[in-house]
Amino acid sequence: MSIVLELTAVAKTFTMHLQGGIRLPVVTGVAFAVRASECVVLAGRSGAGKSSILKMIFGTYRCDAGSILVNADGRTVDVAQAEPRQILTLRARALGYVSQFLRAVPRVPTIDVVAEPLVIAGGERDDARRRAADLLRRLNIPERLWPLPPATFSGGEQQRVNIARGFISDLPLLLLDEPTASLDAGNRAVVVDLVAEKKRRGTAVVAIVHDDDVRAAIADGVIDVNRFTAAA
Amino acid sequence: MMEREDDQPLLRAEGLSKWYGKQLGCRDVSFALYPGEVIAVVGESGSGKTTLLQLLSAQLAPFCGRVLYRMRDGVMRDLASLSEAERRFLFRTDWGYVHQDPALGLRMGVSAGANVGERLMAIGWRHYGRIRETAGDWLARVEIDGGRIDDAPYTYSGGMRQRLQIARNLVTRPRLVFMDEPTGGLDVSVQARLLDLLRGLVAELALAAVIVTHDLAVARLLSHRVIVMKDGEIVEIGLTDQVLDDPHQPYTQLLVSSVLPP
Repeated sequence: MSIVLELTAVAKTFTMHLQGGIRLPVVTGVAFAVRASECVVLAGRSGAGKSSILKMIFGTYRCDAGSILVNADGRTVDVAQAEPRQILTLRARALGYVSQFLRAVPRVPTIDVVAEPLVIAGGERDDARRRAADLLRRLNIPERLWPLPPATFSGGEQQRVNIARGFISDLPLLLLDEPTASLDAGNRAVVVDLVAEKKRRGTAVVAIVHDDDVRAAIADGVIDVNRFTAAA
Repeated sequence: MMEREDDQPLLRAEGLSKWYGKQLGCRDVSFALYPGEVIAVVGESGSGKTTLLQLLSAQLAPFCGRVLYRMRDGVMRDLASLSEAERRFLFRTDWGYVHQDPALGLRMGVSAGANVGERLMAIGWRHYGRIRETAGDWLARVEIDGGRIDDAPYTYSGGMRQRLQIARNLVTRPRLVFMDEPTGGLDVSVQARLLDLLRGLVAELALAAVIVTHDLAVARLLSHRVIVMKDGEIVEIGLTDQVLDDPHQPYTQLLVSSVLPP
């Protein structure tokens, strides 16, 4: 299968200007590739830089060195060098991200929070809502909650809304940051199924997962991030 | 914006500088705004945000530098070179300007319907029934009860006035809207509603916008890119989540770390 994501010699250091310019090296020499229909899990101790790598791939963190090539939608974009507009286009067409926490607009109903990525991409609203409803049902969010904004939901419910939102689009590359952290066994199994479905449709997945069972169920390969951790 | 990646900028600022006597307004500001793109300008009071907005919208003339704008015929024009008629066309049709204080952007003594309808009449609409119907549609879109269409905005709450000002600006389907602290001075709950409304309208109408705000949450919710200003200059510019989550400049780090989490 074709390579969808390829990181080469990626490095990241934070410079904390408010703390006297102290430099916090996070990772260095990060190199790995992910193919279509493959799920790679980033493993490593807490603070090793797993989330930072995901954020660099998504473009939320800037990358100090190396390249992050995404081959999708008939073109190759180096996220490390791309202009903001290229990154926004890439996110709309090729790059999905499920963060650890839901960041939702205050008043928007859950069903629309989930449907929004499809609508933004130009999809028809009713169709987007139908697909959102399917996902919310599968993730065991009771239908009576769908018209409500998710701000008051429990942590686990919010995370499932976040997962539904992240999985609604069929994009070539999906980044998952601890998607199952606060879920019960039943919902973890749903997420495992959802990942398997994405892989069957050709999506390349990069995930951070601490749960051993989930990892065993979804991972085609494991990258040990400890070996990229930069020495301070 | 997502569908047109090789398109040309809608507006381009080149080396904009402005002094008020010896007082610096802004210095050497350059950036490009693309169709459908929302840029937030953040920074503390006195950082030059509002000066920049006034320069971009041809309300102030720069000491040096220029602002180029793509007219509807596709030609990039220097705002300083426009005729009075062309400038009026921009203000009446192609641009919107949302003031922090709605009283500056509305006529407080005439009805809400007339406030919205006036912009349509300025571009040649004459049919009273159609004007009123369109004004009514826009009041509904900004969630103002149709029963209030004949009331003057001085009878409205602050949040309603701000929503009315937005309706008045958007009714002519502008391509570019300037907003100066659009949520400033409103209660938090009212702010949330306004932000949500603005967010929907900006996306639905594919508006380009320059939004001046000191509120980083507003920038995060509404903008694609952020410009951070300090002492009249751009200190950092980039993708909104990049600038807010991985700020590089000392001043941006200070700004981001000064926000109290809710």
